[in-house]
Amino acid sequence: MDRKHTDAEYERMLQQIRERLLLMAGRVEDMIHDAIESLVQRNSELARKTIEKDLEVNQDEVETDHLCMVVLARWQPLASDLRFITLAMKMVTDLERIGDMAERICRRALWLNERQPLKPYVDIPRMGKIVEQLLKTAVDAFVDGDIERAKEVIRRDDEIDALYRNVLVELIHIMQSGEEYVERALHVQTVAKMLERIADHCTNLAEHVVFLVNGEDIRHSRRYRD
Amino acid sequence: MNLSVEQTSESPPSSVLVRVNPETGQGQTILKSNVPVPKIKARGLSAWFGAKQVLREIDLYIYPRSVTAIIGPSGCGKSTFIRCLNRLHEMVPGARLAGQVLLDDQDINAPQVDPVLLRRRVGMVFQKPNPFPTMSVRDNVLAGLRLCGKLKREQADEIVERALRQAALWDEVKDRLREPGAGLSGGQQQRLCIARTLAVEPEVVLMDEPCSALDPIATARIEALIHEIKHQYTIVIVTHNMQQAARVSERTAFFLMGELIEVGETSRLFTSPRDRRTEDYLTGKFG
Repeated sequence: MDRKHTDAEYERMLQQIRERLLLMAGRVEDMIHDAIESLVQRNSELARKTIEKDLEVNQDEVETDHLCMVVLARWQPLASDLRFITLAMKMVTDLERIGDMAERICRRALWLNERQPLKPYVDIPRMGKIVEQLLKTAVDAFVDGDIERAKEVIRRDDEIDALYRNVLVELIHIMQSGEEYVERALHVQTVAKMLERIADHCTNLAEHVVFLVNGEDIRHSRRYRD
Repeated sequence: MNLSVEQTSESPPSSVLVRVNPETGQGQTILKSNVPVPKIKARGLSAWFGAKQVLREIDLYIYPRSVTAIIGPSGCGKSTFIRCLNRLHEMVPGARLAGQVLLDDQDINAPQVDPVLLRRRVGMVFQKPNPFPTMSVRDNVLAGLRLCGKLKREQADEIVERALRQAALWDEVKDRLREPGAGLSGGQQQRLCIARTLAVEPEVVLMDEPCSALDPIATARIEALIHEIKHQYTIVIVTHNMQQAARVSERTAFFLMGELIEVGETSRLFTSPRDRRTEDYLTGKFG
C-alpha cells in the first residue's frame, strides 16, 4: 500500500488533484463516445449535448491547473510528487484538447446529419472505438501506475494512423467520382483527422505515465512503438 | 605500447590516458577524461559518540569546484559527517572514528597531520553566525589568519577587501570596517563568517546549515554567494531545506540513521530518486 504524506492537508490536495483528473478523463471519454455515436446514429440532439459538455471540461482544466499551482506554491513538491504535479498540468492540457476535438467532431456531425450520407460509416466507428479504448487504457495506466498498459497505448497509435490512411484513400476516391461529394467528404475527413489526433494525445498521456512511474522521459523517441 | 591511466597536475585534476613509447619512454596523451578526480574521499567512514554509532561505513566522494549537499532528517549523521572532514568531530569527548577520509588522497587522520593546518585547508561555516563580538569587522575577517602569524598592514587590507568581496559583503561594510562585527544584521554576520573562512584561502568550505537562522532575503544572498564562489572552492553544505539543496548543489547525498542511502546528481535525485527511503523523505511520507 502506498504510504501517506505526513502533512494531511498536502495529502488531501494531491488526492483532490488526482480525483479531478479522473473526473475530467471520464467526461472526455464520454464525449468521444457520444461524438461518434451522434455521427454514426445521426443523432444531432446527442451532438448538441456533447458540445455543451466541453464547457465542463474546460472548467476542469482551469480548476485542476489552479490546484496544481497552489500545491507548487505552498509545498514545493519533490520526487514522485513533483513528477505528478507537473504531469497533471500537462495531462489536463491533453484532456482538454481531446475534449475540443470531440466537440469539433460533433459540429461536423450536426452538419453531416442534415445531408445524405456518402456511404455507411465503417472505419470511423472503428477508429472511435480504438481511441476510446486508448484513452481508457491510458487513464487506467495512470491510476494504477502501470507502465505495461501505457506502452500498449503507445504501440496502438500506429493502428489509428493506418485506419486514418484507409479513410483518406477512400475519401479521395469518392471526391474524384464527383464534385458534389467533395464538401461532405472533407467534413468526414476532418472527423477522421480529429480521431487520429485524439490518439496522439492519448500517446502523450501514456508517455506522461511512464515518466510519472519511473522518471524515464520517452517523448520524441520510437521507444515502445516498434 | 603501454597504456596507463594517470592524473594530470591540472587544477582540477582530470583522468588522462597516456600512451608510453617503450623506446623513448616518452608519454603521449591520447584521451583526457572530463570526469573530475574527487577532492575528498570518505571510505568506510564510521563514527561514534561513546557507545552510540552515528555514522555507518560511509563511502562518499566530494568533487572539486562544485557544491555537494547533504540532506537527511535530524540525527541522521549529516553534521557529524562534515565535522569528520576537518577533524572537528574529535573535539567531542568520547568521539571516535573508523575508516578513512582522504583529502587529495592524503589521510587527514594520519598522525603527522596537524589538525589546525588541516582546518585552514578545510574551513567551516556554522549554523549560527558566530563573529567574535568584540572584534571589528576587519579583525573578524583576519582572525583566522592571525592565528598563523603576523600580517603586514597592506597585505591585511588586501585580504580583508578580497574576502569581503567574495562574501558579497564589501559594499555594505566598507565604511564600517572598524565597527564591531556584532553590530551587523544576522545575514551580514553570516557573510562575515564566510569572509573569515575564505580569508585563509581554504580549498574546501564546509557549511553546516548556514542559512537556518536567516530570513529569506539573507538566505538568497548566501545562496547567490555560494553560486559565485563554487568555481574556486569545493563546497559541502548540510541543509534541512531541501529546496535549498536543490537550488545550490550539483550533487546531493541523502543520509538516514547514520547511513548514506543515496547520492547522485541533484536534479536527478530530487525528481527521480532511486531508493524508496529517499523518495519517502523527499515527499514527506510516513508509514
